[in-house]
Amino acid sequence: MSASPFPFGPIPEVAGRIVVVAGDDIDTDRIIPARFLKCVTFEGLAEGAFADDRLELAGSHPFDRPEHQGATILVVNRNFGCGSSREHAPQALMRWGIRAVVGESFAEIFFGNCLALGIPCLSADHATILALQQQALADPAACFLLDLASAEIRGQAPAAGLEPAQRWDLSMAAGPQQMLLSGQWNATGQLLSHEEELQRTAARLPYLATFALG
Amino acid sequence: MGIGGTVSAGTLYDKVWDLHRVAELPGGSTQLFIGLHLIHEVTSPQAFAALKELGLGVRHPERTVATVDHIVPTTSQARPFADPLAEEMLATLERNCAEHGITLHALGSGRQGIVHVIAPELGLSQPGMTIACGDSHTSTHGAFGAIAFGIGTSQVRDVLASQSLAMNKLKVRRILVEGTLQPGVFAKDLILHVIRSLGVKGGVGFAYEFAGSCIESLSMEERMTLCNMAIEGGARCGYVNPDATTFAYIKGRPFAPEGAAWDRAVTWWSALASGPDARFDDEVRFEAATIPPTITWGITPGQGIGVDEAVPTPEQMPAEERPIAEEAYHYMGLAPGAPILGLPVDVCFIGSCTNGRLSDLRAAAAVALGRHVAPGIKAFVVPGSEQVAALAEAEGLDTLFEKAGFEWREPGCSMCLAMNPDRLEGRQISASSSNRNFKGRQGSASGRTLLMSPAMVAAAAVTGQVSDVRELLESHPVAGSASAEPRPVAISPSPLP
Repeated sequence: MSASPFPFGPIPEVAGRIVVVAGDDIDTDRIIPARFLKCVTFEGLAEGAFADDRLELAGSHPFDRPEHQGATILVVNRNFGCGSSREHAPQALMRWGIRAVVGESFAEIFFGNCLALGIPCLSADHATILALQQQALADPAACFLLDLASAEIRGQAPAAGLEPAQRWDLSMAAGPQQMLLSGQWNATGQLLSHEEELQRTAARLPYLATFALG
Repeated sequence: MGIGGTVSAGTLYDKVWDLHRVAELPGGSTQLFIGLHLIHEVTSPQAFAALKELGLGVRHPERTVATVDHIVPTTSQARPFADPLAEEMLATLERNCAEHGITLHALGSGRQGIVHVIAPELGLSQPGMTIACGDSHTSTHGAFGAIAFGIGTSQVRDVLASQSLAMNKLKVRRILVEGTLQPGVFAKDLILHVIRSLGVKGGVGFAYEFAGSCIESLSMEERMTLCNMAIEGGARCGYVNPDATTFAYIKGRPFAPEGAAWDRAVTWWSALASGPDARFDDEVRFEAATIPPTITWGITPGQGIGVDEAVPTPEQMPAEERPIAEEAYHYMGLAPGAPILGLPVDVCFIGSCTNGRLSDLRAAAAVALGRHVAPGIKAFVVPGSEQVAALAEAEGLDTLFEKAGFEWREPGCSMCLAMNPDRLEGRQISASSSNRNFKGRQGSASGRTLLMSPAMVAAAAVTGQVSDVRELLESHPVAGSASAEPRPVAISPSPLP
């Protein structure tokens, strides 16, 4: 659905239009209903993104509205992605075109799943998120630049009605921020590089040797 | 003590974290060794595919244990499954396990079941372990004093490849529960009460340590129910310090240490409990005796009330909770201020990783005994595992339920999440012993879920409406305690390969 490639390497910024999905406690069952989990690959999950909500709203869900097609930044409210650990949720969002999520707060597992896919989740307080959402809703064509190093999102010219200098402060824990900036968000390689340390740790866990005397 | 690493001071969480710390990663997260990796058919296929793409193998197949639970039908489990997608998922799991030398507790093995039911009953889940699984209810295993948490598929790939994960340390909130639960009030009510009080996002960034005299008096199965739903309160893991109850449960199970190793294990496990020097980032306290049978009325597990309370009005809640309450009134078709007692239900589901264990079935059976499912109500009981089914059948619970008009099913996740044929239709209301009342969770985009204890579900089934189980227990001559710890049936022990 999205023409832009999936995240790869260092992620200093995400540019593009905003799509707002408002509401607290939006769980991963709503982001992708369980019936879409009956698969052995993640391909084709885009159509499952918010499937039941979209069905109910018959075309008026933000993910269906023409002005939001191609949006890359999802702006949400509190505790987004709570519930099931299904990575299918961020996979579906990513395959729809989302490359970054900005919200008041995120559920832990969802945040980690996004990180593992190279999708930054940044937070801001209630007032900031509301202001950002209102701005984006007022001008759906407006382009924004999410700058990861400075943890801010700013309006990009030429956005109608948007002061070029308008910016909103966001936050992200230093660890995930560094992982994304340095391109080390895909942890597999790093984890495998610590062979000696892995062996040393395993050696001090008595249950791995069924509590045999060492 | 002759074995293992030095156990540091602090909370159990701190100690287990320190023991499993492999390295500090650039960027500030910690590489954590994973002691037990549980996998199932839904969140593992893409992880195995990724391994293949990277040319990697499974580092510790002997620390990886598989079963099939989410997609299995609970009526006929004959292969191939009627649903070709479900069949493909199981076939993929079988192929991946065979290829990598991973033990799969398959259908009909006597050991299959919901992953969070079988790992404890096989003695795989033990104190002091780190346990990961591509399923958010992995927090269940914290009941043993393990640090257990759900992960996504990319992380499943990482654990398969390296037996470790990049993690950030959580804060620890101690949840003290003192005193005794009233008759008719169960661990499910306790955790629904905690989530109601602290909110569904109250636990974000925290591990929950459950402690206090009430927690100490709970059976292992009750502790599992409690820790299972820590995630519904936003806490990725919840745990209880290991004690004599923990050790008694584990002893003699197929993967439990034996002989002299058992004694060394108990010594090591005991030293892991949070000590008097432990410092908590936060602490809250509950009085068990004040907790009523608790039921959800809305669309998040935090929207709970005592069974004899009314649906809260917007005026009764903080402003920030009102928008989702409005959404819940609309979705549930419930008016603010309306009583929940007497609300008619359509479907009654007893089972799931929260409440599909023997003591849960016994508690429901105590209500069902001598009564009958109300006309027009569909009620069914899904044991959490083949072992639970065998134990229940050995004591005649299947017959008891069937006589009372309940269907007795084969083990699986069933209607908790609707990845199998068990699901709500249209706007049906279910009384459910599962863990999530999200919109659409039970398989119908407009289906409605009321979370409650298995005994409360049985009470709803026999009355056809939301009822106060305490009244049914009081008027019941055969009601008794359902807290006795079940023992495993004889299943051939086999050590980890």
